[in-house]
Amino acid sequence: MTTIEAPRSRPTRRRGVNWEKWGWLYMRFSGILLVVLIFGHLLVNLFLGDGVSAIDFAFVAGKLADPFWIVWDTLLLWLALIHGANGMRTLTNDYARGKLRVVLLVLLAGATVVLLVLGTLVLTTFDPCIGDSTVDALIEACAAQ
Amino acid sequence: MADNPSVEAGLSAFTVTLIIRRFDPETMDEPVWKDYDVELYPTDRVLDALHKIKWEQDGSLTFRRSCAHGICGSDAMRINGRNRLACKTLIKDLDITQPIYVEAIKGLPLEKDLVVDMEPFFASYREIQPFLIADAKPKDGKERIQSVAQREIFDDTTKCILCAACTSSCPVFWTDGQYFGPAAIVNAHRFIFDSRDEAAKVRLDILNDKEGVWRCRTTFNCTEACPRGIQVTQAIAEVKNAILAGKPAIPAGV
Repeated sequence: MTTIEAPRSRPTRRRGVNWEKWGWLYMRFSGILLVVLIFGHLLVNLFLGDGVSAIDFAFVAGKLADPFWIVWDTLLLWLALIHGANGMRTLTNDYARGKLRVVLLVLLAGATVVLLVLGTLVLTTFDPCIGDSTVDALIEACAAQ
Repeated sequence: MADNPSVEAGLSAFTVTLIIRRFDPETMDEPVWKDYDVELYPTDRVLDALHKIKWEQDGSLTFRRSCAHGICGSDAMRINGRNRLACKTLIKDLDITQPIYVEAIKGLPLEKDLVVDMEPFFASYREIQPFLIADAKPKDGKERIQSVAQREIFDDTTKCILCAACTSSCPVFWTDGQYFGPAAIVNAHRFIFDSRDEAAKVRLDILNDKEGVWRCRTTFNCTEACPRGIQVTQAIAEVKNAILAGKPAIPAGV
């Protein structure tokens, strides 16, 4: 039989930075921001103006010419991807054990980093003139460069 | 049967089928479902059905019960897929056109029939130091006076009977027995939010762990399972808030 430990004995568990707490907080705050970012994104892309039929290369090029949308999309990319990856991490921790868990977590981290780097690269180095555009304004702007 | 109050009240018995997940570690490798037909009154409880089976049909049926009145917390089991106390579940509240499925609670090692090893459950209970820690002498040397409001905030979590219905209904606990589980957090809450206790920081530190409150996914299984009606998920959320704030929000004293 085990008896109750002596009162005020030091807890023997972990030490160091507690990432679970910060992870939990991150999910809450990024969640709130993402509601605004995602619905703003959907509203502008799919609803306002000509709606979904307006989306083509020129539409995207037009948006990414505006620093406001570059910041918006970068925030959306980082917050949503890390939010999702952290969710997948908790699922993995809940349901996978041993080596499988380590493999899944490494794959997840790898995929997250690759997607973040690729996405950020596109957003920051986007060149509207590589496309075969049919929009006059875009052709003029590119010709002027 | 003349002194049976159900008969006196004009109720008639009917046959109910119970399908019980039986396991004998000495003769079986895997548990098997076995069915029993029992004559029951609508006012009977699942525990009465188990008694009838054990006393009249199969004496080897093994289950725990002590007080049989919803206080001791011995007979938590999975009845029709939900964690309940057998002594508080009336036959008339179940759909008796279908068989009643009874099995041991999940997530704890199965020992025999409806009996599980409760030691992992009590180990995490002990770990949160479930006793009043108060070193300072009371002001007038007599009592540690508590206001009504101060008592109120942890009233709900004093109701726990440690039946493990909540912890063994938690999907996180099913897959990871390292998780403290709802019951341990409820009992930590009972002392963290007690104005007389001085070790809230210690307990909050224990629960601010990789296997602590942050593993809660707010599925509310525990709240639904609790036979005492404790708002378990809310208590866990209050502990989370207390960890974030660094201390519990206790109303000012008398």
